[in-house]
Amino acid sequence: MAEDKKTPQLDELEKGPWPSFVTEIKRAAVKSPAANELLGLMERSYEDNKGHWKHGGIVGVRGYGGGVIGRYTDLPEEYPNLKEFHTMRINQPSGWFYSTKSLREICDIWEKHGSGLTNMHGSTGDIILLGTTTDELQPTFDEFSDAGYDLGGSGSDLRSPSCCVGPGRCEFACYDTLDMCYDITNEFQDELHRPMWPYKFKIKMSGCANDCVAAIARADCSVIGTWRDTLIINNDEVKAYAESGMNIQRLVCDKCPTRALEFDAINNELTVIPEDCSRCMHCINMMPKAIQPGKEKGASILLGGKSTIVKSAFMSWVIVPFMKMEPPYTEFKDLMYRIWDWWDENGKTRERLGELIYRVGMGTFLREVGLPPVPQMVFRPRANPYVFWQEEEINK
Amino acid sequence: MAKIDIGPPDYKENLPPVIRENYGQWKYHEKVKPGLLKHVANSGDELYTIRVGSPRLVSVDFIRDICALADEYCDGYLRFTSRNNIEFLTGDASKVEPLIEACKAKGLPVGGTGNSLSNIVHTQGWIHCHTPATDASGIVKAVMDDLYEYFGRDDLPAKLRVAMACCLNMCGAVHCSDIAILGVHRTVPTIKHEILQKGAEIPSLVASCPTGAIRPDPKNKSVALKDEKCMYCGNCFTMSPAMDIMDPKNDGVAIMIGGKVSNARTAPSFSRLVIPYLPNNPPRWPEVTEAVRNIVEVWLKNARSGERVGEWVERIGWERFFTLADIPFSDKCIDDYIFSRETFRTSAAFKY
Repeated sequence: MAEDKKTPQLDELEKGPWPSFVTEIKRAAVKSPAANELLGLMERSYEDNKGHWKHGGIVGVRGYGGGVIGRYTDLPEEYPNLKEFHTMRINQPSGWFYSTKSLREICDIWEKHGSGLTNMHGSTGDIILLGTTTDELQPTFDEFSDAGYDLGGSGSDLRSPSCCVGPGRCEFACYDTLDMCYDITNEFQDELHRPMWPYKFKIKMSGCANDCVAAIARADCSVIGTWRDTLIINNDEVKAYAESGMNIQRLVCDKCPTRALEFDAINNELTVIPEDCSRCMHCINMMPKAIQPGKEKGASILLGGKSTIVKSAFMSWVIVPFMKMEPPYTEFKDLMYRIWDWWDENGKTRERLGELIYRVGMGTFLREVGLPPVPQMVFRPRANPYVFWQEEEINK
Repeated sequence: MAKIDIGPPDYKENLPPVIRENYGQWKYHEKVKPGLLKHVANSGDELYTIRVGSPRLVSVDFIRDICALADEYCDGYLRFTSRNNIEFLTGDASKVEPLIEACKAKGLPVGGTGNSLSNIVHTQGWIHCHTPATDASGIVKAVMDDLYEYFGRDDLPAKLRVAMACCLNMCGAVHCSDIAILGVHRTVPTIKHEILQKGAEIPSLVASCPTGAIRPDPKNKSVALKDEKCMYCGNCFTMSPAMDIMDPKNDGVAIMIGGKVSNARTAPSFSRLVIPYLPNNPPRWPEVTEAVRNIVEVWLKNARSGERVGEWVERIGWERFFTLADIPFSDKCIDDYIFSRETFRTSAAFKY
């Protein structure tokens, strides 16, 4: 190896209290020539104020069309070990729970075949293995497969679903996010590994409306846990919160978006008007010992969430206000297949589901996938009379 | 040939014993102190969670280090959060303080729980992406160093979610964060006709432009750009390397604020542009760290208990926000994209 280049700008980022990614690259660089050259390439980017990666070529493993992102530097003569520096996405276990045995296994395989650098985790949820060559892709995958790991999604496919910690640790969870994530990931392996759609499709599962995986913002299909009956309030615990000095009226009741809570400050009793509650979670968040979600639990299905490109950012909006979420999740899977069939038939190249629904209108979408229109789908009805009627709705 | 379509490992095999035994049977939780949560099960079992910050981009040796901690204090189990923090989980109260000390000794910051600044969700930047307008890891490190104390404090008015994306693709949840740091371009792409003629799929390239600024140029077997319609989003460059949009002198960072994804109290909301451009100034990006700190400090000083950045601004009014934060309002903050109408104030109610 040539004499190590100096990296004064990156070295600056080893100072300060927050753990340093530069230190991490340097640790990997001890064993990996590619990680060592990555230091040089990053320093060069800091000098030039620009990245030094070219458009990727298409690389992958046998049998799959997604899961690997090809990457090549635009300075291959200076950084020969970064000529090919591809990412592999490994599908994470539900909720990012690991045994140290499994993590060590991942580390050993990756150190053998790649740069030793990772992201724990990519934004969609996958384990990101950062940097290897085309020739190493298949042997790396083979070894991961033998150890029980599979690739995640990339390209115009079902991306790796992800979920919040759910019943693994959270008393707010309204369905088993971890189980559902595992179940549907296995059910839809073909859709995940072999891109066949107009564009990407993401599913995220949050156990309650706190939405700890940001499903509403970052998934085309957002499954958000909820309940259909009423909050369960334990007034002994309410009393304990009041006696501990919490201003329940101000911090809980006044912040309720629908003013569904009433607090009797003399008897320290809290009551809810069930039909007024919109299940936003605020009161439960504030008083987890005293208030619980109702008993009749399930999830709301929202569709369309995506980032800016092309038609602006969308947040998912309500499609099914309440669905039971229990294994084997048949109703949910049937709905997904209907939606994907319709999108595949009607979507333009690189048109996200939300953009397609926006283009053709909710009326068309609902009729064609067989869903009933309900008022929960809108904040408020339309403010113009430009209505399309179907032929059969017109008197002849 | 390797087995295919086997899916991820079964999460059940990776759950710590105390979680396996109390799965779905949690009664309540307490925020004991910054970085430490205590969950109590119906059985009476207790689960302690110690949350620590991570740079996300880590070496395998880092992972082995945290495995050693999990082996010593947590029966060999740990998890990661949706903001890329690490959580050590143990049912044994006597392990908690020694583990916290061990984390601190390793340089792992303990915090990120409750009303704190948690980790910054971020992207690849110059480390691994071909379309970024700025770096991700460098800015995140600079901002987290600057705001470090708020990771270890949970007495802020509400949660503070900062996110970073290195281009307008906004991988992650930048578009719905309390404070969003976003890489932006400011100049039109240079069309490299020879590359375009060789390999671009012209109709989909034309269709990729949100403002219709790109037209086919059949004579040249290429495309033409209406410069005045282009707002430099870079989506055409994503489609084709021929649309070179990188401009080191003009690429930089925009700041958006006020987004959230939770439904608590108020509906989920988008982040809104308040600072249209700050220069790229590695390795410390002082203009960016200063701008973020200013917004955080103004929020801390003025927000009521329970108010996230967006909720606070909506209460006081955006016009007051710009005054309080001493940020100049410019025409760049007035939307002129396709959904502009809903953002206009169709009301005579406002504040001076």
